[in-house]
Amino acid sequence: MDILVVGLNHRTSPIELREKLAFSQEETQQAYEKFLDHRLVREVMVLSTCNRVEVYSWANTGGEERILSTLQELKGVQKEELLPVTYVYHGREAVKHIFRVASSLDSMVLGEPQIVGQVKDAFEQAMASEATGVILNQLMKKALSVSKRIRTETGIGESAVSVSYAAVELAKKIFGELDRKKALLVGAGEMAELAAQHLVNQGVAQLVVVNRTFSRAQELAEKLHGEAAPMENLPQELVDADIVITSTGAQEYIITGDMVQRVMRERKMKPMFFIDIAVPRDVDPQVERVENVYAYDIDDLEQVVEENRKRREKEATKAERIVEEEVENFLHWLRSQEVVPVIVSLRNWCDEIRKRELEKTVSRMKLNGEEAKALEALTSAIVNKILHPPLSYMKEAASKGEGEKVARLVKGLFALEEKDEHKDRDQRQ
Amino acid sequence: MDIVIFRVAAVFYLASASLYVYYLFRTRERVSKRAYLLLMIAFMIHTLALVSRAFVARHLPATNLFESLSLFSWMVAGGYLLLEWRYKIPILGSFVAPLNFLGVLIATLNPQTVRPLPPALKSTWLYIHATTSFLGEVAFALAFVVSSVYLIQERYIRKKRLGGLFQKLPSLGQLDELNYRLLTLGFPFLTLGIITGAIWAQYAWGAYWSWDPKETWSLITWFIYAAILHGRMTVGWRGRRAAILSVVGFGAVLFTFLGVNLLLPGLHSYSSM
Repeated sequence: MDILVVGLNHRTSPIELREKLAFSQEETQQAYEKFLDHRLVREVMVLSTCNRVEVYSWANTGGEERILSTLQELKGVQKEELLPVTYVYHGREAVKHIFRVASSLDSMVLGEPQIVGQVKDAFEQAMASEATGVILNQLMKKALSVSKRIRTETGIGESAVSVSYAAVELAKKIFGELDRKKALLVGAGEMAELAAQHLVNQGVAQLVVVNRTFSRAQELAEKLHGEAAPMENLPQELVDADIVITSTGAQEYIITGDMVQRVMRERKMKPMFFIDIAVPRDVDPQVERVENVYAYDIDDLEQVVEENRKRREKEATKAERIVEEEVENFLHWLRSQEVVPVIVSLRNWCDEIRKRELEKTVSRMKLNGEEAKALEALTSAIVNKILHPPLSYMKEAASKGEGEKVARLVKGLFALEEKDEHKDRDQRQ
Repeated sequence: MDIVIFRVAAVFYLASASLYVYYLFRTRERVSKRAYLLLMIAFMIHTLALVSRAFVARHLPATNLFESLSLFSWMVAGGYLLLEWRYKIPILGSFVAPLNFLGVLIATLNPQTVRPLPPALKSTWLYIHATTSFLGEVAFALAFVVSSVYLIQERYIRKKRLGGLFQKLPSLGQLDELNYRLLTLGFPFLTLGIITGAIWAQYAWGAYWSWDPKETWSLITWFIYAAILHGRMTVGWRGRRAAILSVVGFGAVLFTFLGVNLLLPGLHSYSSM
């Protein structure tokens, strides 16, 4: 039995194929029945997002082929189509892959947060469908906790990696809460609109759109739940605006240093933040000389994004170390699982014998409570002392990876019925 | 006895400061919470030290440099504990705690013997005057740290280099607001401190105002802070300018507090050594 990953992602396969293989929620339900149909696959879970389709399982040797053939059958794809784009991981590599996926280390945009939710949903659905058992449950719980640990201990999700987000993040570092701030959108470029949209989402109190063609301003204002104003009002609008996004097609600066100097005096030096997305620029770089005025043009923002990306990559190496560590922990647990059922049944078996014999003696000899208690303690001590060396030997063997062999041996020696955690599932089937 | 307790408190101050500095590098809630707890323990032990000192000396322990610094650090620690509790910006502790420990350290370097109070100082006015002045100075000390952090953060944003501490430091808006609140809190206390000082001077020395260096410098300090607050309300001295002025203002506070004692002889000179 081994943990197994069969899957494909944005790096190995084109979008067309990923679309074809994607699972809807209902399809997943049916797929689980198909996957678990044969005894090769004991536990299974499907993760289907726009960037990846992956099947996680706890399976016997040969599970890999069965999963691939089931995929072909379910999705009506040819083997020749599927094989070159799929990857298969076993054991340690599989665990590592799952941890990396859940921690967004395998994502197209490193550190993007959606994947955690997707993994969680997929896991919950699989659990509800009773497709997972002890092993995958523990694995996925661990994957989610590793992801959380990485998010809190590294800066992988910190700092924006798109221009419009970077602009909004900066605005927040300048103003703090945006709920009492006013934004002004000058011009109507696509990226400027996106940045304005982010500002609105972040709860900016008011948004005014100014454009050379007033109808376009109105149109955009309506879309962003703001107000429109004619271009002539720009100097007046600036006085009330805290955040100004510009993206006009003008050839020269439409916001000059003198203009901002005047505006700042009028607004009693309250800070202003200019986000100039236009090329050629709309905001004269001179405005930065004015106290409490901050101005970022598109190059500045792109540089910020680039640095953030690098920072995320640096954080990712920290994250990889955490993954390695947690994979080790999980494998340790997994190995111990090989002997845990045998340990439990051995202990139960001994205890049953002990209790049975004790019961006989106590009733035959008509012992009083205190004597019975003493005898109880005596027999327990004997059983525990005898069991101690074999149990520690088994645990030791498990951590060396010989658990399966030793478990079989002990089972044979004592003629134990395996109290397998999979018993529940086997009965169900 | 109080000296021993004071030294124990100093050890806790050091531990808390170290942890707060560590928090700059490992920004985890677990770290800052422990640093906060250590600071609180240090503060409580320090309280004990001050109380036992007051019992031995039979007056408010603020009559020599050791006592003044000790009392001041104690109030800064208490003030910061309140500040973090109220505003939840533990990163400020990374700056306040080490500076405060420095104050504690300098205090220990000064003679610590209890000396009898000069007759001129035996008065309830000692309590009122010292407490109000100190409360004002504590607020200004915290405003100084907040403003320094403001200037660091502002530099990151202006230079467009968003590495280093940029992510971890609070927003300019929040820091500016905090600076303003601390200044408006400190100013009335400073004013009261000067007025009560004048009244007490009338009783003790027979004149409300005698242009002793300490008096002169507190007046200068008062004018600086009055100017900051006035400038803010009228022409909008906020943000960068307010932060710079707050740093300058605290320079004047420090000079009034330490410089005058150590460098310029005057009526307040008993509080020097």
